[in-house]
Formats: sequence, C-alpha cells, structure tokens
Amino acid sequence: MTYQEKKSFVSLISTIIIFGAYCAYMYPQYPDGVQESTETFRFWGSFVLILTLVQIVAHIVNSIVFNIIFRITTGEKEPSFADEMDKIIELKSFRNSFFVFVLGFLLAMGPLVIEQPLQLMFVILIIFGFISDVTGSFTKLYHYRKGV
Amino acid sequence: MSKTLVGNHIRKLRFNYDEMTQLQLADKVGVTRQTIVALEKGNYSPSLELAFRIANAFNLPLEEVFFYGDNTKQ
Repeated sequence: MTYQEKKSFVSLISTIIIFGAYCAYMYPQYPDGVQESTETFRFWGSFVLILTLVQIVAHIVNSIVFNIIFRITTGEKEPSFADEMDKIIELKSFRNSFFVFVLGFLLAMGPLVIEQPLQLMFVILIIFGFISDVTGSFTKLYHYRKGV
Repeated sequence: MSKTLVGNHIRKLRFNYDEMTQLQLADKVGVTRQTIVALEKGNYSPSLELAFRIANAFNLPLEEVFFYGDNTKQ
C-alpha cells in the first residue's frame, strides 16, 4: 500500500469510529419528554455543531499522528504536494461525496412533507452526512488502488 | 476500473536509464511516486504536459515513451 492508499484507509476507519463513538456518547443525552420541544432542537443543533468540531479536530490529529507513524515505520517522507492525479481523485471523491449529501438533504425534506416527526429530518441529515464522508474516503481509496 | 488505453514504456526506460528509481523520476517530472506507480501499472493516463515532461526526462520523443492502444499488434 502506498502513502495515499494508507491515508485514505485510515481516514475511512477513523471516520466510522469517530461517528460511532460520538453517537454512543450523545445517545444517552437525548432529552426525554416532549418530542418537538426547544430542548430537542437544541440537542440536535449541538449534536451537529459539536460533531463538526470533533471531526475537524480528529482529522488534524489523525493526519499528524498518521504522518509520524508513516515516517517511523517506512522511513519515507510523506508527499509534500498534491500532483495532477491527486487532484483528479480529490475531485472525484468530492463529487461522489457531494452527490450523496445532496441526496440525503432531499430525502430529509420528505418527513416534513409527510408530516413525520422533525427529528427524523435531523437523523436523515446526520446519517447522510456520515455516509457522504465515508463515500468520499472510499472513493479515494478505490481510485488510488484501481486507478483513474 | 479498466486499464487505460494509453500505454507506456516507462518501466523499461527507467531500467535502461541508469536504473532510475520511481522516486527519482517522480522528482524529475514533479509528481509523486504514487503517480509513477499508477502510470507503470497502466492505471492512469497522464496529462499531455506530464507526458512531455516524462519524455523529456528520458531525452526521447513522446511516441517512444507512450503509445495508444495495444502496441503488441504493431
């Protein structure tokens, strides 16, 4: 496995672990009682905002730790720039990720139309946000392994 | 992902060119080693600019480094 393949793989795994751990941490904090209270909306708002922050911090830490481990284990220096192939793969990854997220966004509007509980919209948005993240990492891994 | 129709002789040329490593060629043409690996495996078609840079690195015309389709038929 090359540097980019390893990095995409680590990113994929860490995305899944972080999201799983975060959901497990937040689940017990879900407010009891009225389903569509201000408290519930505050919960979902903080869920998304904190998750975004956690993912940014985790991504930075992950990147630093990965580079250190890569240097120690292989004795090689990580590429310091992105060349034309990296950029093409990045674009394909972004396209697929964006497509999944937009699909999720549109599906999330469904519960509003058919008068389902509002939290269903948040759940769909969050799940598709996660799937779009995984899709992006998986697309990168796929193209680095199989070619462009 | 199917293999690209643009083939090349990069691996053979590197060997003939003082056994140049993938990393040395990558540094010479300004890409990462991963891209040279993908090119040699036939998993990536380079841009025209990169193709010219690689040909220049071997001091050869473009058509002696790259070919289109299956060159075994030639």
